[in-house]
Amino acid sequence: MSLRIVSSCVNCWACQPVCPSDAILQAPKHFVINDRKCTECEGSYDVPQCASICPIEGAITNAAGEAMNPPGSLTGIPPAMVAAAQAEIRAR
Amino acid sequence: MELTVLDSAGAQPQQSGCSSSGCGSTDDQLAHLPDEIRDKVYNHPCYSEQAHHYFARMHVAVAPACNIQCHYCNRKYDCSNESRPGVVSELLTPDQAVKKTLAVAANIPQMTVLGIAGPGDPLANPERTFATFRMLSEQAPDIKLCVSTNGLALPESVDELAKHNIDHVTITINAVDPDVGAKIYPWIFWENKRIKGREAAAILIEQQQKGLQMLTERGILVKVNSVMIPGVNDEHLKEVSRIVKSKGAFLHNVMPLISEAEHGTFFGLMGQRGPEPEELQNLQDACAGDMNMMRHCRQCRADAVGLLGEDRGEEFTLDKIEAMEIDYEAAMVRRAEVHRSIEAELNQHAQAKPAAPADIDPDARPVLMAIASQGGGVINQHFGHAHEFLIYEASPAGVRFISHRKTDNYCEGGDTCGDGESVLSRTIATLSGCEAVLCSKIGYEPWDMLEAAGIKPNGEHAMERIEDAVAAVYREMWEAGALMTAADECLVVA
Ligand code: SF4
Ligand code: SF4
Ligand code: SF4
Repeated sequence: MSLRIVSSCVNCWACQPVCPSDAILQAPKHFVINDRKCTECEGSYDVPQCASICPIEGAITNAAGEAMNPPGSLTGIPPAMVAAAQAEIRAR
Repeated sequence: MELTVLDSAGAQPQQSGCSSSGCGSTDDQLAHLPDEIRDKVYNHPCYSEQAHHYFARMHVAVAPACNIQCHYCNRKYDCSNESRPGVVSELLTPDQAVKKTLAVAANIPQMTVLGIAGPGDPLANPERTFATFRMLSEQAPDIKLCVSTNGLALPESVDELAKHNIDHVTITINAVDPDVGAKIYPWIFWENKRIKGREAAAILIEQQQKGLQMLTERGILVKVNSVMIPGVNDEHLKEVSRIVKSKGAFLHNVMPLISEAEHGTFFGLMGQRGPEPEELQNLQDACAGDMNMMRHCRQCRADAVGLLGEDRGEEFTLDKIEAMEIDYEAAMVRRAEVHRSIEAELNQHAQAKPAAPADIDPDARPVLMAIASQGGGVINQHFGHAHEFLIYEASPAGVRFISHRKTDNYCEGGDTCGDGESVLSRTIATLSGCEAVLCSKIGYEPWDMLEAAGIKPNGEHAMERIEDAVAAVYREMWEAGALMTAADECLVVA
């Protein structure tokens, strides 16, 4: 069981220092998780640390391949509301 | 009455980054500070408006990770509170950063300050940041160290900061009210969890304020940066200014939001606009009543090298510094000599008499003028070649530097520039609020367009000292009756 970093990772380095299992490595294209080392933070923290600091929606997936931070979850705006919010901000 | 020049100005060295004389230390911007603080900042280009023409700074990008998210930042690029977004800095290990710093310090002896400002938050990367500081404070004791932070991890870092040569810290504080903060910070990473919304903003604000207090208690200088976001925190920043001043911050730098959509930030994508130059200036003026305002900030990138406004980073890329042999002992001797002669020059300027008398009614209205200059404190640039204009205000009280306004220079030197005109109209829009533009030369076409926009082009003061020329033009305007206030006009009508 392990989390994965996918190609939308922007190499911001945030996840690497917070991993308690030393499972995250810099790799040629983007950071990767060593699935033999990743414990999903069990025994260390309630929530996976990498997914809790990653700023990019969709860059980290769970064992089932689902985004740990789905679209809209980090900006706080559900995708359906983006258009409405955009209109409101423009009016400022 | 006398039209005194408020800036302590003087001739500038050749490669002044700011290309202006006395970038506006109103009288002496640092005058009210206790001596021990003045001693710390007199040769710091970011803190002393005088010094920034002479002393250089550099940033090293060793701290990529960040522990919060700001709506004006796209983490694909650099931290946009301390560097222009859209450019990725060359990330260095602490060892590489030390090597680069020594190379720059040896080659640019005017370099006095090494800053770590991201990309990311230096204090969210404590190992990398402090390893760099530790090595530098040992190997290059003549370099001042400073750090910029979002403040979240600041309280726990203060003791370590105090141990090194760090006497300056910049905290970016955009709000002191969690409701305002929640519109700027979507989330923070705190105590091993992601926390969102108002709760996140409240924790961040508390940490920033606590850190600020801890630093000033230890005698470490604190500058506060704020990003002005129209409709979000613009009014609120006056309150921020008051509070940070009362807690001992010694300089406040209000910077404009950069939010081009192509940088891919939340604000950029959502259409949040940045402030107009006039809005920024009005806010800076409003905050200035409470404390020193920094007006010569150039929002440098996280690996900038050289005088403010210039970037010599290209000369010191990793492969180039690998090839350099640095004898730092020898460099330090040379650096000390250069610093001494700059100090002597600064002292001389402080005593120079800057005055231009004029008989101007104290009620005459102030006027903004734009100056094209490539340095030396004189008007010496063709209008079409200016990448930025220096904005000065003339009033019965004197002449003072207000800000820089950047432009795309429209003349690329050929007839091929098809979009010349649209760039020219953009340049003119940049100068809105100014009533005259002083340059060495100007073409017919821009001349007409400027006049049509109500800005008077003036090429008569080429090679003159900026303050003298601004004062002279102001006097001409007064004599021509152009400076009457609304009240005066009523009198005339009556
Ligand atoms: S889930 Fe935890 S252990 Fe696994 S990579 Fe992320 S931080 Fe490391
Ligand atoms: S935090 Fe996310 S975007 Fe940043 S390096 Fe890790 S996976 Fe990539
Ligand atoms: S603190 Fe800097 S790097 Fe971190 S999100 Fe804010 S602007 Fe970006």
